[in-house]
Amino acid sequence: MDEDRPIFQQVAEQIENDIISGALPEDTQVPSTNEFAAFLRINPATAGKGVNLLVDSGILYKKRGIGMFVSPGARERLVAARRERFRAQYVAPLLAEAAKLGIPAEQVATMIRTEDAR
Amino acid sequence: MTEIVRVDGVTKRYGAVRAVDDVSLSLEEHRVYGLLGRNGAGKTTLMSLLTGQDFASEGRIEVFGATPVEHAGVLQQLCFIRESQRYPDDFKPKHVFRSAPWFFPNWDAAFAERLVGEFRLPLNRPIKKLSRGQLSAVGVIVGLASRAPLTFFDEPYLGLDAAARQLFYDRLLADIAERPRTIVLSTHLIDEVSDLLEHVLVIDQGRLVVDSDAEALRGSAANVVGPREAVEAFVAGREVLHRDGVGGLASVTVARLAPQEREAAKAAGLELGPVSLQQLVVRITGQDAEAGR
Repeated sequence: MDEDRPIFQQVAEQIENDIISGALPEDTQVPSTNEFAAFLRINPATAGKGVNLLVDSGILYKKRGIGMFVSPGARERLVAARRERFRAQYVAPLLAEAAKLGIPAEQVATMIRTEDAR
Repeated sequence: MTEIVRVDGVTKRYGAVRAVDDVSLSLEEHRVYGLLGRNGAGKTTLMSLLTGQDFASEGRIEVFGATPVEHAGVLQQLCFIRESQRYPDDFKPKHVFRSAPWFFPNWDAAFAERLVGEFRLPLNRPIKKLSRGQLSAVGVIVGLASRAPLTFFDEPYLGLDAAARQLFYDRLLADIAERPRTIVLSTHLIDEVSDLLEHVLVIDQGRLVVDSDAEALRGSAANVVGPREAVEAFVAGREVLHRDGVGGLASVTVARLAPQEREAAKAAGLELGPVSLQQLVVRITGQDAEAGR
């Protein structure tokens, strides 16, 4: 677990990552809160908070007495949200670092195309 | 959340020393608390007061709605695992586990037996002849299998090796997930337990200096690193916990940084590093903190 972010957020993100990668397909059951807690070696209440974050946003749904499942359309929604974040998380820092080194944005774009062609 | 412990302005004096100094706090049901601080900070004294093994000089303590001292109904809901628990001479671990149900109504003998196997504890060896780690295992097993609604572990694992400590954390987590109860864990191995804690209490020289949700603490403090002038300009007016640096570079630990402030620091070209719970406690209770007071 990272030190600088709340653990429950990281739990939610790990589940999101598994949904995006396809490891957790839609309508499959996700591990229980207690299973997450034991596996990640974190407090069960914290694991529960992470799972509830995804229930509240509709990524997971509850079947009473059975457990949590991945909602239909969850993957698509997560990918869309992550694409939104991509600019802030990757493109902006990339250009900031480039500016620090005196590389113009146009040259960065060329570098990306060259890298992609490899 | 149900409050199960209420401490109001409690002081414990030994002669001129205030081992616990005007502490007020409350504990809620089904949470895992970390009680952290340096040696001699007052952690064990506070736990002795909460478990009715000692009288407060001043202030008021309520545990499960009553004063714990000599209150059988309260005491049987508590379990206090001391760092250096004493047992009668000639006692063997099997005697400890056999007598446990007299004190702990929720005692689970089958669970204890399983733990004895997992910790590889010799049941028939006199306690006097056990290694330090085996002695700690006796306490850990009692603390887990007693399933008391409020359990205190005071440095429960002196001499336990890394594998045995991990076993303790794993069994504790699995068991409280199935049977929620309140745990107070006092330890110096903060990095090892930081992900288990929901709430952190830090005590220093008898005073409660941190009483915070663990998630709020995590990520509140930050190390600000960069050119000395820029760092100093940024941290001016903030609560500084620690200063470090080499040449023109400075690294300053600040107690709190809001998300917008983090953005501002990054925009100013400063690097932000995380501060672990252990570093934070060292900063708050260490020499620097004393000098700054």
